[in-house]
Amino acid sequence: MKQSSFVRSAALLFGFAFLYAPIALLVIYSFNASRLVTVWGGFSTRWYGSLLENDQLIASAWISLRIALVSALIATIVGTCAAIALARFGRFRGRLAFSSMIYAPLVMPEVITGLSLLLLFVALDIPRGFWTVVVAHATLGMCFVAVVVHARLLTLDRSLEEAAMDLGATPGGALLRVTLPLAAPSILAGYALAFILSIDDVVIASFTSGPGSTTLPMRIYSQVRLGVTPEINAVSTILIGMVALILAVGVLTSLRSDASVRD
Amino acid sequence: MKARRSLAERLVLGAPWVWLLVFFLIPFLIVVKISLSQAALAQPPYAPVFALGDGWEALEKLKELSLAAYAGLADDWLYAEAYLSSLRLAAVSTAFTLAVAYPLAYAMARASHRWRPILLVLAIAPFWTSFLIRVYAWITILKDEGLLNHALLSLGLISEPLHIFASDEAVVIGIVYSYLPFMVLPLYNAIARQPPDLLEAAADLGASPTAAFWRITAPLSAPGVVAGCLLVFIPAIGEFVIPDLLGGSDTLMIGRTLWIEFFDNRDWPTASAVAVVLLALLVVPMAFYERSQMAETPS
Amino acid sequence: MSAAPLITFEHVTKRYGAVTAVDDVSLEIGAGEFFALLGPSGCGKTTLMRLIAGFETPDAGRILIDGRDMADMPPHARPVNMMFQSYALFPHMDVARNIGFGLAQAGQPKAAIAARVAELLRLVQLEGLGARKPDQLSGGQRQRVALARALARKPRLVLLDEPLAALDRKLREETQFELMRLQRELGTAFMLVTHDQDEAMVMAHRIAVMRAGRIEQLGAPRAIYEVPASRFVAGFIGEVNLFEGVVARVEDGLAFVRLNGLNALVCAAVEGAVGASVTLAVRPERMLLELVRDEGLPGVVLDSAYRGDTQVARVRLANGSLVRIARFGAALMPERGAAVRVSFAPDAARVLPA
Repeated sequence: MKQSSFVRSAALLFGFAFLYAPIALLVIYSFNASRLVTVWGGFSTRWYGSLLENDQLIASAWISLRIALVSALIATIVGTCAAIALARFGRFRGRLAFSSMIYAPLVMPEVITGLSLLLLFVALDIPRGFWTVVVAHATLGMCFVAVVVHARLLTLDRSLEEAAMDLGATPGGALLRVTLPLAAPSILAGYALAFILSIDDVVIASFTSGPGSTTLPMRIYSQVRLGVTPEINAVSTILIGMVALILAVGVLTSLRSDASVRD
Repeated sequence: MKARRSLAERLVLGAPWVWLLVFFLIPFLIVVKISLSQAALAQPPYAPVFALGDGWEALEKLKELSLAAYAGLADDWLYAEAYLSSLRLAAVSTAFTLAVAYPLAYAMARASHRWRPILLVLAIAPFWTSFLIRVYAWITILKDEGLLNHALLSLGLISEPLHIFASDEAVVIGIVYSYLPFMVLPLYNAIARQPPDLLEAAADLGASPTAAFWRITAPLSAPGVVAGCLLVFIPAIGEFVIPDLLGGSDTLMIGRTLWIEFFDNRDWPTASAVAVVLLALLVVPMAFYERSQMAETPS
Repeated sequence: MSAAPLITFEHVTKRYGAVTAVDDVSLEIGAGEFFALLGPSGCGKTTLMRLIAGFETPDAGRILIDGRDMADMPPHARPVNMMFQSYALFPHMDVARNIGFGLAQAGQPKAAIAARVAELLRLVQLEGLGARKPDQLSGGQRQRVALARALARKPRLVLLDEPLAALDRKLREETQFELMRLQRELGTAFMLVTHDQDEAMVMAHRIAVMRAGRIEQLGAPRAIYEVPASRFVAGFIGEVNLFEGVVARVEDGLAFVRLNGLNALVCAAVEGAVGASVTLAVRPERMLLELVRDEGLPGVVLDSAYRGDTQVARVRLANGSLVRIARFGAALMPERGAAVRVSFAPDAARVLPA
């Protein structure tokens, strides 16, 4: 028994070291005074300073943020509808096709999704820009939201809704006043997921964006292709820090709500 | 089952239906259509075989459908090579991802109840940070003058730098790293939900811990292995960012080919044909994946 | 238990943090015995059983099986098998492979395994179901598969962890007799762990009543029921009425006990001097209920219930305490609100240590 617990600890240590070492190195070297990536030239925040002067990068960050906020909102609304339909509408006509279309984008190579949406916009003669990226990201995001919320709805006790209806609520009222509040954490998680997918995406955005709607990942990508620079390390560190903060808040609140449930 | 649904219900079902129809299904039909068009030096860079509003004339034009793009794919061995190389790299990466993920997922699932949620968050957290940034981090590590070589050289383990960057190996490392959470999660779920008394029963019936693992834990985690492998394998085949950033000039992957045809060569019909053939390749594993997902969540 | 005991516990203690699950328990179980560990949840009975199976290791003391110390013996090497409360059937194996699992682990040839599995399927009356998967079986069938699997290796001792808990009432009773028949025919020692006193009383040769990690009383079902060693045992096994009293007089080994300043009654032998306070325990079926006699404790019938084979009544005594009274057969019970006198025969009461 002792031996196996040692092996398990080693597996955990190795696995998490593999997951986190690259990120940690990236963060550490963003504070490197030297421009050479592998040589430690002392601690410095100079690359963060030079970021502030990079207007293009800041403009792109702003565009990315707006796209992510809007597309995640759309994805959450439409995706939650899809999840409700899958979880509560029984065997409606076209269910298989519907759920296939929900699950497919989760594994669909991004190049195909991006290309097909671009060709749609061209065929409909829609100029590419902010809104085309929003639609593209919302389409991908809604599938993730649908899967996350659907999973939660399946674990919810149906008898809660039945009790609400027994007490006089209409099916819609039961859904709004009992089911959705209980599924709220998963809907929020779905929104966060759709937001992250959007603000991360480079491939689909490259296909569907137009002049003036270059997103932050696209900007980073074009620079990374040219080589490693400390500025990119600094941008990455800021993004990682933001995600870490959001995650920490999310985890802490969920831990606290768990604790209060137990009391 | 009610015969008629209320307006609200129809809206709830209709909104995602219409959205997916317009922004998921129809775009694919357009891809197919354009793959059958002629390349042209124009904007858009293809001559449509038929346009919306052609009506009955469209049927006439069916004769003019061009298989030129597909013929181009068949003629040039480079495309076949790219497809095969994508499948190979995706398969190798999936195998390595499984090898790295299984011990991790197993150790997580067997950790104490207090630790499990923390470990779970730790395993998922990298997925929430930018994919691009995580791939980028490996450039710094794998380059000839990068951190890995630096460390190995100064430890005296190697005498000259390893050329990992800009190679297929770097692509495999990148895929394993980026897709690891997708493998860990289904594995963790498949292992953690096994009742612990099954292992006790196996031990009680004379199975050593190793025997119990192979006869009980491993077969019962098979659905997780299948789901995890498909979650890695399918998107990895069409991966673009990783081969583009970590691969060498000779690293052939079909996602990158599609990108180059589209953005650099501006050959939309060929890019579309590449996409159609890729999709055809993916239909079988995707059907497997969807079936496994729907089996997981019965309605 | 003339021969060497099958299982020996020598001052075994097991702690989880601040909780002592098993507290200095010494115990012997004989070969071929049907032994029951009985107690409320959290009393340590499950831990005791898991110590035998090897899933837990004692913090102090020794456990011997057939005279051999089990200290360094992993579960898979012990000559005991367990039937799990959840049954723990392997969901990916059919019934035959579940039953044959232990034999396959022992490296027995396929033909021998098949023959033994067929024999066991017959024994638990599941012929023809060998190819079913566990999720295609009813609860009762699953229970029998779990039992057959635990018997397959011909263990010296079979541990039964709440084996009937998941069955409905009627099936439970049938299965009780079925388990007794199997145990008798096979001659294997069975150890039953249960919180259900009926189960233990019906099936076991001997019962150990556990409380807070200790064995409160060990003995045959009849002895435990008739002569409970403590207030806890008296209350846990069956229903009991307790009367606080003071020894008023002792004559020829018989004590006269004064109950709450009311009428003095005669009761059985008691150790203790005049003036000592004692608790008398009387089973409801040993209580007497009279409408007219002057003797006995006065009270009023609070409610009564007809149960078919028995009738029960609750009587509130003048001092406010409640007394349960049971009667067999169809004799009429006094109505609700009737003023009655409650008493018991001198040999009906047991004196419990205060």
